[in-house]
Amino acid sequence: MASPERLMHLLSEDERALRKMVRELVDGELRKLSTEYEERAEDPKQSYQKLAELGLAGIPFDPEYGGGGERYLTYLMVIEELARGWLALAIGLGVHTLACDGLQRFGDSSLKERYLADMVSGRRFGAYALSEPASGSDASSLSTKATRSNGSYLVSGQKQFCTRGGEADLLLLMARTSGEGPRGISAFIVEQGTEGFTPTKVENKMGWRSSPTWELVFEECPVPEENRIGNEGEGFKVALSALDAGRLGIAACSIGLAQAALEASLRFASEREQFGSRIIDFQGIQFMLADMATQVEAGRALYRHAASLKDAGVDYSTEASMAKLFCSDVAMKVTTDAVQIHGGYGYIEEYPVERYMREAKALQIVEGTNQIQRMVIGRRLAPR
Amino acid sequence: MPLSIAVCVKRVPDTAAEKKLDDGDKTLDRDSVESILNPVDEMAVEEALKLKEANEGEVTIVCAGPEGAAQQAIRKALSMGADKGVHLKDDSLHGSDAQGIAYALAQVLKKGEYDLILCGAESTDARTNLVPPAIAEHLNLPNLNFVKNVETSDGKVTAHRETDKGHDVLESSTPAVLGVVWGANEPRYPSFKGIMAAKQKPLETLSAADAEIDASKVGLDGSKTEVLEFGARSTERQKNVVDNKEGDAHVKLADFLQQQKFI
Repeated sequence: MASPERLMHLLSEDERALRKMVRELVDGELRKLSTEYEERAEDPKQSYQKLAELGLAGIPFDPEYGGGGERYLTYLMVIEELARGWLALAIGLGVHTLACDGLQRFGDSSLKERYLADMVSGRRFGAYALSEPASGSDASSLSTKATRSNGSYLVSGQKQFCTRGGEADLLLLMARTSGEGPRGISAFIVEQGTEGFTPTKVENKMGWRSSPTWELVFEECPVPEENRIGNEGEGFKVALSALDAGRLGIAACSIGLAQAALEASLRFASEREQFGSRIIDFQGIQFMLADMATQVEAGRALYRHAASLKDAGVDYSTEASMAKLFCSDVAMKVTTDAVQIHGGYGYIEEYPVERYMREAKALQIVEGTNQIQRMVIGRRLAPR
Repeated sequence: MPLSIAVCVKRVPDTAAEKKLDDGDKTLDRDSVESILNPVDEMAVEEALKLKEANEGEVTIVCAGPEGAAQQAIRKALSMGADKGVHLKDDSLHGSDAQGIAYALAQVLKKGEYDLILCGAESTDARTNLVPPAIAEHLNLPNLNFVKNVETSDGKVTAHRETDKGHDVLESSTPAVLGVVWGANEPRYPSFKGIMAAKQKPLETLSAADAEIDASKVGLDGSKTEVLEFGARSTERQKNVVDNKEGDAHVKLADFLQQQKFI
């Protein structure tokens, strides 16, 4: 029995049924669709609608607004299972969750009534706009401005690398309302189609091609004052808090991807014969597979531990960084080894592992590069 | 008019799993493999849910079997949208053959009032195709078997049965027992909310005595058929060599493909 199957014994009956459903959905249709959409570099709108219909757009959110009210751990289990078949779709759902998370934790009740119920039901999907052309890791130096004007803000500036920024219905946008640094930043909900807000360019990426990455331009885009999340100057806190949760999402995505690469490698190594025996019977290959399986299992345990801390209501920020760092490195290593085990077949599109390897790379970059994660962890360790 | 629909379901070993038979009583070792709701029964559940959506009404899932897996099968159907479950659980049923189970299910069904009783036409493990007609016989009801596109109106039910050349349209009065054919529809996935709601839905457990089942008609002893022997299927491949000594290999090959109904 494979280790992920043994995990079943730790899940509640509902979680088991949920995992089974997502697995059937992935194996039954999503994996096949993913190949087509990746090839066409097209956003799978219908698949997001399917996730919404199945109630997967709001698993960890407040039942008062129609959310599932489940543990974050349960949501991450779904994300891992989705990523096992279609990473880009899991990423899109993760980004949506990021936007919901910021709104749920910091939005006032009228803002939540206006937007959260639509978002957790999946009637409207969200995106997260923090990065700019000149501010990536140094996010608090962002320069997009929100200037007050007659009960509204006028937003001007440019955002970069915004996942589904052109497809999402709502943006969680961070913009500067006063002086320099993190305390000058505020968070807003901006509706797609608002005058002055233009998704201008889709990036041509190495992987995650069915998850469009946008450059967004704002030219005096009016955003009502009531669309501000929290107080002026609290936007960076909203952004970072959502990022902590988002990092766990990336960790779960990483393990889902690594699991897929491991499964593909086990299948291939059991079928491929050289020198008269299956290559899985060679110790050289077995040792690689043993390392891959061990790392996947360790990564899964780490992100589940960090998520359990979040669910228990304690500070989990360091563990979230550790999980993001470790799991995405695991994904890179395991997918690279998967290509190696497949030999020449690993390098061609006929097998899925070359895609997995391309996809893994971005996991080490998004939601804070792994260098930033080390910085976050290190700072917490060093005595002040 | 609101419809009262019962769907009989069975748990079966996962289609992809390797199955084992118990050497002792020659029944399937159901604990050794992951079990699932019989995929054909899932289609019967979907057909029932579509009828419910078109007419309003209630869908009751009926399943006989041991505690864990039978309840999982019922829960799966409830999470898809069925309204309540009835679980017939009794050790005396172990080893019942198709007619024994059909009798036992019929006894359970007698306790309710149903306009339609739907079953998967077959299970993916035993594949006898006997249960739906046998239930109909026990209940003295009409049976439309191997059907899809089930519709109801004014106390009547119609359904399509595919034939080699097209399809028959069958009609019967209700109540009736229908065996839903493989491929009748694409069963929906249970939704997150459906899964969470499933455990709140009523699930009644009946013993053989509750259902007034005559013990002499069920179980290994009550079965009219007996498994005498079993063995692994030979995996030897058939090899046909088409020679071209007379220059007619293409004809022979085409004939072969035609015989096998590939072309």
